[in-house]
Amino acid sequence: MAESHAHAHEPHGHAHHEPEGWFKHYFWSTDHKMIAKQYLLTGMLMGVVGAYFAYVFRMQLAFPGKPVPGYGMVTGADYNALITNHGAVMIFWVAMPVLIAAFGNYLIPLMIGADDMVFPRLNRLSYQIFLVSAIILGASFFVQGGAFGGAWTSYPPLSAKAEYNLTPLGPSLWLIAVALEFVAFLLGGINFVTTAMNARAPGMKAFDIPMAVWMIVIASIMFMASVGPLVAGAVMLLFDQLIGTGFFDPDRGGDPVLWQHLFWFFGHPEVYVVLLPAMGFVAEIITVFSRKKLFAYKTVLYTSIGTGVLSFFVWAHHQFIAGIDPRMANVFSVTTVLISIPIAEMCFVYIATLYGGSITFSVPMLWALAFIGEFLVGGVTGIFLGASGADIYFHDTYFVVAHFHYTFFPIAIIGTFAGITYWFPKMYGRHMNELANKVHFWITTVAFNGIFIPLFILGASGDHRRIFDYSNFPELATPEMQAMRVFATISLLVLLAAQPIFLVNFFYSMFKGKQAGANPWNANTLEWQCPSPPPHGNFDVLPDVYRGPYEYSSPDRADDFWPQNSPS
Amino acid sequence: MVKPIATTRSATGVPTGRLAVWWVIASEIVIFGGLLASYVMHRLGHPEWATYAAHTNPWAGGLNTLVLLTSSLTAVLAHNAAERGNGKRAANLLMLTCVGALTFLVVKSFEWYHEISEGFTITANGFWSFYYCAAGLHGIHVIAGAIIMLFVAADARKNKELQRVELIGIYWHFVDLVWIFLFPLLYIAK
Amino acid sequence: MLEHYMKQGSSYASHIDGLVWMIFLMVGFWFLFAEGMFFWLLWRYRKKPGEKAAYFDEHAEHKIKYNWVEIPHRLILVCDVALIVGAISVWTEVKISMPQTDETVRITAQQWAWTFQHAGPDGELDTMDDITTVDELHVQLGKTYKFELASKDVIHSFSVPLFRLKQDAIPGRVITGWFKPTLAGEFDVQCTEICGIGHGIMPAKLHVDTPEEYAAWLANPSHYLAYHY
Repeated sequence: MAESHAHAHEPHGHAHHEPEGWFKHYFWSTDHKMIAKQYLLTGMLMGVVGAYFAYVFRMQLAFPGKPVPGYGMVTGADYNALITNHGAVMIFWVAMPVLIAAFGNYLIPLMIGADDMVFPRLNRLSYQIFLVSAIILGASFFVQGGAFGGAWTSYPPLSAKAEYNLTPLGPSLWLIAVALEFVAFLLGGINFVTTAMNARAPGMKAFDIPMAVWMIVIASIMFMASVGPLVAGAVMLLFDQLIGTGFFDPDRGGDPVLWQHLFWFFGHPEVYVVLLPAMGFVAEIITVFSRKKLFAYKTVLYTSIGTGVLSFFVWAHHQFIAGIDPRMANVFSVTTVLISIPIAEMCFVYIATLYGGSITFSVPMLWALAFIGEFLVGGVTGIFLGASGADIYFHDTYFVVAHFHYTFFPIAIIGTFAGITYWFPKMYGRHMNELANKVHFWITTVAFNGIFIPLFILGASGDHRRIFDYSNFPELATPEMQAMRVFATISLLVLLAAQPIFLVNFFYSMFKGKQAGANPWNANTLEWQCPSPPPHGNFDVLPDVYRGPYEYSSPDRADDFWPQNSPS
Repeated sequence: MVKPIATTRSATGVPTGRLAVWWVIASEIVIFGGLLASYVMHRLGHPEWATYAAHTNPWAGGLNTLVLLTSSLTAVLAHNAAERGNGKRAANLLMLTCVGALTFLVVKSFEWYHEISEGFTITANGFWSFYYCAAGLHGIHVIAGAIIMLFVAADARKNKELQRVELIGIYWHFVDLVWIFLFPLLYIAK
Repeated sequence: MLEHYMKQGSSYASHIDGLVWMIFLMVGFWFLFAEGMFFWLLWRYRKKPGEKAAYFDEHAEHKIKYNWVEIPHRLILVCDVALIVGAISVWTEVKISMPQTDETVRITAQQWAWTFQHAGPDGELDTMDDITTVDELHVQLGKTYKFELASKDVIHSFSVPLFRLKQDAIPGRVITGWFKPTLAGEFDVQCTEICGIGHGIMPAKLHVDTPEEYAAWLANPSHYLAYHY
């Protein structure tokens, strides 16, 4: 077998490196761990930016017409720019860089027993392009006319013509930023997929790969397969904006609905692109903290792939009433309702992992469990929207907003906290303060529900989306409904107030936290079988693999864990 | 930079560089596929576009098809030479491929110059918008491919990184293949 | 269930609400089942001194999987079929079928107002007695209306929560649909597709008039400001 021969001739993993200057170490590194941290910190910073936008627009909704502390008066135009960029930032500049680029970069080489990604310089370039995309998005706020305010979905003709959107430069900068982000992730995907496919430790067969790695790889493939048409669409929209073509202009023979198809053909798989990595982290965490094998590994894998494939056939459920042929709506309603099947199976299998376990409620475990409990709400509320007949009422209401926050928040926020609290000791060689993390967990989780449960009710009561002031709508301007909007906003304030606890804990513990050993959680996967933090080259001796990743509480062993690289 | 050991492994049996190139090509197929699918959908809904398409120059298009096919041939011959360790010959054949790329671009420049001076600009109507967008995107890939090819040829001439000759060849065949779709769709379809 | 949050004011509102109620019952059951199992397992298998976690080989896994994953899984499939049948039948009624209609109303959306062209006393659209209003739609209780929806600029969306009706207005197209009002009164009309900075300031008022009120409105001479042919 190729693998064992390669091993016999591989030199030691810890290659000879000259000491690096400060610039090369922090800004020009090709080390996957440093690049991962760059993505993580950038993503966290953008998360603060996205959260600030939410703060401002929710304050406007709770106290319409009053100046917002830390912002000022919110006009209709301001409001639209805030919600547009909140969505875009959270998906493209927080969820994707943290879940896929940061954790993917950090974990993949370690978990497969390699010394780095296979294309380190391409990896560095991917981050740099990503950083430029974030800067361009930021620039869009400071140009004449202001930032783009046509929603993250950017439907033309509104997004195509300045005479309609009244922001002459913002939309193009926004679009270029998004397009560059896509390029960064296409390039990043090359590394994730090729490294995971080819650079595995000798002995690591397909079903020995940890679920976190599989999920990031499947997500990368899905991203690549879905983003192409939107890249083409973005070029077309950019031409419409900048040089006056009419791809999406009905007066020039174009079709605005074409954009919607191109967008959602990507947009729907995209939500699974971010979901899968989060589910991968949850798999790693619940196995370690219930000391139990992942239930039905192959089923998890096949349902993930199945969900991924099916996700390419549901996109027009975002367009039921958008003017598509109504008979098409029935087709997409069928596929959308059916996709609940593999997802339900995935959820049941995860829950089954807990059966017979010995569960410790550590902070990472709390986050992983919160993911499952909260994501279930998001999943079931999706059915109301996937059933075409019901979607007529719920489309473009706050019901949709609540649904996708009950999926996105677990994915992007809970998933991130789960990953960070679990892998922090490995990344920094120190522990975070557990009490502070627990306080942060409880406040965040309870407050999150306080924000979005009212939004389900508001949506069912008729609150439509992207409206900066409901006082123009008598059916919606009732004291009861306004009270719910205020409650949701106050819950958001509580949520935001708890986040500094985490941030301070994160940065303080990086330097002053209690020292952590190589494997503080007694886990099996390879990243825990090297020092914390791993040196350049990761392993003194690159490991061989002898078993799967989830051999916990094996009856043949005294220890309740069995690292993948232990010969016996 | 010292290459990591990871780069030399091959759990799938396929060399890492080749895997990466196939990945790039897969992404590009989806991008061009999306653009061309949009074009085809529009074209089906706009029968009058056939009258606009009649103003394209199928002779120039046909010539360019021949040029690209020939350049793919030289790329294959370059790969053969590289396989046999003959870096100098591989480099020369890659340079010939670049000449093909240049010829393609020159012919296209004449084409576009003529069409633009007749008033068929990118904003003239939907057909011409797609025409310039698709052919332009393809042209950018021709230019990018030719530039990379120059770097690969420079290394190959010194018998370095000979495996990259095959890789840039695979990419070049893809660029050729896209043109094979573009040509009938833009020039010939009625 | 939805009627607690928004009144039903059209002939198909109760059908949509019925579908929503069916979905609520089904997903509610599965949600409680999953969360219930989840929390019970967390409590039952919390770490206890002396208790080691179980280790399931492929055979044991298969048995558990069949009972607790496969069977629920197939039951969900049955639920999905019921849901799909319900969804398609409601959708077909509202969006695909076009019953006999008494009158047509033309709705034009633009940045940032709604124009409604009513058929007027003769009941025929595009005749001299048509009544065109801005941000005010008058319909008669119990009559079945066809609407023709258009946009002058960007994508808007015509939404009447009372009717449970929503339809995007796409520039360059005329999209048709229908409704039959069943509740008299004054209600909100919303734009439910972001259409620029004025998206939140283009409400319109829907007047569902009794026959007497409608006749009075028709007779109001201030309508005849613009002629249509």
